[in-house]
Order: sequence, then C-alpha cells, then structure tokens
Amino acid sequence: MTDNLSQQPRSIWKWAVQTARLCCGVPDYDVYVKHLKEHHPDRPIPSYGDFFRERQIARYKGTGGRCC
Amino acid sequence: MQTVQVKPSPAGKILWAAIAIVGAWCLGVVALRRGEPINAIWVVTASIAVFLIGYRFYSRFINNRVLQMDPTRATPAVLRNDGLDYVPTDKWVVFGHHFAAIAGAGPLVGPVLAAQMGYLPGTLWILVGVVFAGAVQDFMILGLSLRRDGRSLGNMLREELGEVPGVIAMVGVLVLMMIVLAVLALVVVKALTHSPWGTFTVACTIPIALLMGIYLRYIRPGRILEVSIIGLVLLLGSIWYGAHIAASPTIAPMFDFDAKALAWLLIGYGFFASVLPVWLLLAPRDYLSTFLKIGTIALLALAIFLAAPTLQMPAVTKFIDGSGPVFSGNLFPFLFITIACGAVSGWHSIIASGTTPKLLASEGEARMVGYGGMLMEAFVAIMALIAAASLHPGVYFAMNSPGALIGTTVEQAAATISQWGFLVTPAELSDTARNIGEGTILSRAGGAPTLAVGMAQLLHGVLPGEGMMAFWYHYAILFEALFILTTVDAGTRVGRFMIQEIAGLIYAPLKHTESWTSNVIATVICVGLWGYFLYQGAVDPLGGINTLWPLFGIANQMLAAIALMLATVVTVKLKRERYVLVPGVPAIWLVVCTLTAGWQKLFDNKISFTAAAQKYADAMASGKLLAPAKTAEEMQRIVTNNRVDMALTGIFMLLVLTMVFFALRAIAKAWRTNHPTANEEPYVAVSSVAS
Repeated sequence: MTDNLSQQPRSIWKWAVQTARLCCGVPDYDVYVKHLKEHHPDRPIPSYGDFFRERQIARYKGTGGRCC
Repeated sequence: MQTVQVKPSPAGKILWAAIAIVGAWCLGVVALRRGEPINAIWVVTASIAVFLIGYRFYSRFINNRVLQMDPTRATPAVLRNDGLDYVPTDKWVVFGHHFAAIAGAGPLVGPVLAAQMGYLPGTLWILVGVVFAGAVQDFMILGLSLRRDGRSLGNMLREELGEVPGVIAMVGVLVLMMIVLAVLALVVVKALTHSPWGTFTVACTIPIALLMGIYLRYIRPGRILEVSIIGLVLLLGSIWYGAHIAASPTIAPMFDFDAKALAWLLIGYGFFASVLPVWLLLAPRDYLSTFLKIGTIALLALAIFLAAPTLQMPAVTKFIDGSGPVFSGNLFPFLFITIACGAVSGWHSIIASGTTPKLLASEGEARMVGYGGMLMEAFVAIMALIAAASLHPGVYFAMNSPGALIGTTVEQAAATISQWGFLVTPAELSDTARNIGEGTILSRAGGAPTLAVGMAQLLHGVLPGEGMMAFWYHYAILFEALFILTTVDAGTRVGRFMIQEIAGLIYAPLKHTESWTSNVIATVICVGLWGYFLYQGAVDPLGGINTLWPLFGIANQMLAAIALMLATVVTVKLKRERYVLVPGVPAIWLVVCTLTAGWQKLFDNKISFTAAAQKYADAMASGKLLAPAKTAEEMQRIVTNNRVDMALTGIFMLLVLTMVFFALRAIAKAWRTNHPTANEEPYVAVSSVAS
C-alpha cells in the first residue's frame, strides 16, 4: 500500500489542511492526481479549481450530511 | 471483559488500575456529595476516566469478539479506490472528518434542557449511554458498512431484514429529518426573538456567505482557508457592529422580530437556500460553520479547564418527578430521550454508513473513528451540561421556562422561581440580561441562549473586559445559529432528494433532480413539512421546545433503536449469538424508552398531547380563551397542532413496533440456521490488492 498516508512523514499542517478540506467534502487533490496518473493515464488531469468545483457540487447531492 | 491478544505489561496494568481508581473516586464525589456545590473538574475527570476505560476495554472487546475487525482484510476504500469518494485516508484525518460530521447542535441542546433535573442524572446517562449504547451503535454500524462496500443504513436494512423494513426505515428517516429541522430552526427562533443584535449578526451571515461563495468560485477557486479567514473576520465584525445596531433607536426596530415573523423568515430562507446553486450560499456557509464549530468546542473546553467553575445547580432537583418547567415528564423515560446526541443518537448511524466507511484504510482503525469519535461527542455534551449547571439556577430556570409558567416580567419570574426553591431576585435577572446586551433573558428555551450565557460567563471569567460578556454571548448565539442554519439548508436539500425519490415511485418524472419544476415542488413540500412544525412551535402555548423536543427525542432514539436492531440481527446472522447482548441490550432499552415516552405523550393525564388538545377543546366548547391564544381560530389551531403531534407519536410507535417485529423474525430465522447468513462481501486480503 503505497498510498497509505500514515506511512509517510507529514507535517501537522498538511494533516490539518487535509482534515479541514475533508470536513468540507473536498478530498486530497494530490492523492487524486496521483491516482489518475497511476490508474487512468488516458484521462485529463483537472486543475485544482475544476476539481474543487466538481467536489463542491457532489457533496450536497447524496443523502449524507451532518448531525443534528 | 478484557480480551488478551497481547499480554499487558505490568506498567500498563498499574496505569489502568490508577485510571480506574481516579475515575471511581471522582465519580463518587460527583454522585454522592450533597449539600455543598462541587467543582466542574470532578465531572470532567470522572468523564475522561470513564471514556478511557470504556475505550480501552469495551471497544476492544467489541472490536475483537463481536465485530472481529481484521486489519488484513481490504476495506472498501482500498478495494474501490477512485481518488474521490473511496480513498484510503490517514486515520486522524478520518477521525477529524467523522467528528465534524457527527457533532452538531444536538449535544449542546439536549444536556442543557436536561439540567432542569440537576447535573447528576444527565451526567450519568451521558457516561453510561455513550459507553454501552451510543458509541456501540456508531462503531458497529461503521463496522457493518465496512464489510458491505460502504453501504448506507437503508441499504443494509433492506439486505439484512428485508425490502419492507428497508422502505419503512426510509420513511422514518425522512420524518425524523423534518422534526430535526423544525426543532433546530425553533432553537434559532427562540434565540433571536426580540433580539436585534442577534438577528442582525445572523442576517449578516447571508451576504458574507454570498461573498465567500463568489470569491471561491471566481476569484480564488478552492482557497477554503483563505476565504474562511475572511469570513470569520467579517463575522466578528458583524458581532461588534451589532452592538451599535441594538443601541440605535432607528435601526434596531428593523431587526426586532417576534417568533412568528422569525419562523416565516426562516421558512423563506430555507426555500431559497436549498434551490440556489450550492456554491453560492450553502457551501461557503458550511465551511464557516464547520470551522467555527470545531473552534468553539475547543474554546468551550479551554474555558471550562481554565475557569474551573463551581456547579451551582443542585445534583438532583425536585423536577425528577416530572413537574419540570423546561420539559415535562418523569426522569424515566424523558431524560433518556431529552439527551439524545451525546449519549446515543440515531442520526450518527447515517454518517457511520455514509462517507466515513469509504475513507478508512484499515478495519483496525474503525474502533478509533467509530467508538472514539462518539466518546468525543459525549465529552462535548458533558461540557454543555457543565456550562448550564454552572449558571445560577434561578437564571437557568428564568431562561428556560415558558412565559405561561413564570410570567413575562422579571418580578413575576423571580417570585415564581424563588417559590420553586431557587432563590433569585429580579435584579439578578435584569443584570444578567444587561450584561449580555439583551433586553430580557426570560423564556429563551432551546438550549442555545442558556449555553451562550454559560459560555459568556466562563469566557468572561478567563478574559475579563468591559462589554466582553455581551460580545461572547452574541458570538455563541451566532455560532449556534450558523451551524443550525447550515443544517437547515443542507437538510432541506437532502429532504428534497428523499421526497423526489419517494415521489418518483408514484410518478416517475418527479424523480429528475435536474428538472426545475420537480425541484421546486419537492422543495416546497420539504420546507412545508418542517415549516409546519416550526410555526407550530412558534405559536405553542408552552413555548414550542417543551412540545417539540420530546418528539425529536423519540424520533432520534427510534432511529438509534433501528440501527442497533440491525446490529443485533447481523450479530446473530454471523452466528455470534453469545455476543447478542452487546447491541441487543441498548436496542431493547431504546425501544422501551421510546415506546414508554410515546405512550405517555398519548395517554398521560398531564403531559400528553391528548390532554393538551382536550384542554383547549373543552375551553373552546365553553366559549373561553386560554393564553397564548387570543382568538377562537388560534384556539382551534392549538387543538389541531396537538392532534398532529398525537398522530406523529402514534406513527413513530407503530414504526418502532414494526421494526421490532421484522428484527425478531430475522433473528429467529438466523438462530435456527446453523451457518452464517449475513450478506458480507467476500474476504479480500490487503496484501493481494495491487496499489
């Protein structure tokens, strides 16, 4: 498992940013780009802005959400 | 209870023995000391010790024996890694995300209301409830979903119990959501009634969010941190400026609304917020509220540790007999439905089977995220209880009792509350109102204002300063209103999709979420449903919270009972019958609590909706008017509202009983079968998945 993130030394800052973004429904962009490069080299890589917009819309589609 | 796979070291044994002794000692002080007030630190220490022991021993037992989580087994995130929804993620990141998703207004409101019985009953229920019910539910549902491709609660119910109970649960979730939205919106209404300062700052969040939305979309796409800091500064500015608004004789009336007007404003706002594009209003508000929520919880913890307040509320008040002004009903069952989030909350089962199972990189991490996350939420509930119990009890009851009981002036309120045995002077009540920059503190039920006063006093104790108490009060109100309104927006959207899904079964074109017509129709239905209950709360003779909070509690605990029944069924289906009591006992307890509460809300002579409807119907028949109704139509509306609540209670009870029937049927069938029948996905070893 190369993309098990806990294996990599990471700064607390990066952890905080990643957590904060995930709380807003935006997953890690670098991980997504890495995933695309490894598994779908044929697909275009979206810019962070496009990636963010797509995720922003996707967050409020499902049944998930938050607690009372 | 300990399941030994690695033998604990002697030092470890000594450490756990020490934690147990300290915890038992603190708990003893909390529970047994009478007559003299105790310090909040005793409660905090006892809670931390209980959480540590519960986590170390009970969650480990569930992990190893009941769920049999296996770190060598590939999780959905590993198997279906798509870089977006299914992503193996660092466990601390998942923990943060999960906690931010489960923590909301619930754990802050319930314990504050329950403080009317004293701090002890609430504390004990939170501690016992979370260890044996709430955290068990969250962890087990997460574990089950992990083994089922991250499927949702509804899907798992359909697979394990059958199609019909699956659909019934879906309807139950929708009704629960409408009640949640109505009750939460009512908390905001109660906090903002005749408060120009509060109303102004909350209104400011709309232009601030729009600005943030445009910034994030066009100016600096995706810079969440940057825009959140800008938003926060603007928010703090609006709190500061709100003081000038409140002081202005010309502008203040423009932000001075009664409960009915605020209810209509919120209903209108809910409609627009959920049909506008999400990037414009909903998402930026969501970012602000998420960060502010975490920040404020941290601030509350810091304030409690630094201020170390004395609990002024008695350990147990006379209101355990069911005569309490905040909510009516005996300790059993009403304490257990009043504190839902914090002890056990059915809503979490939706999150534990939502995004979280799609992020975990290893089954071994489910325990920390599922069980540990819920312990954190229980700690938030304990802190809310401390904030409420550290207030002067007279102030607490003045804020939380309906005007019908304590009157509408500080003199009447002080006289009534002093008669109850909580000595307070009119001056103390008006001083408190003046200190927080409000005209009155009377009858502001709903938890948020009480917590805000508690927090303001704690923070003021740590950071004194002229006028700072009013700032902190409005900060706390703003933060609660902000994340409640975010829940209302997002909930209305989710509710709209659910309505479209259900309506689509009847008339297919309604299913299209891209169609404007069906969007608007479904949104109107959704807003209408929660709006009805919100408006009902705004005109309620007992102030609304008194009536609606029990309905919310019953509904939330009903969902928790359903989730725990699912966990019980699956435990039996896996042929692990010897552990059936782990999810089974809390499931039975919640079924008993919800059914008893429902029964009393239907048939009790004093506290039932039936009795309330009858009282107003009798008065109407003899041509009398009862407060707060001023006309015959208003009387009729109160009767109708209570009858609707009766019907709803009946539906909830029927729903619980139906689910009990289906669960027992599934259990009986699985018990007789001599091999496992649960629908788990097949085992795939982590080592066999190419990364």
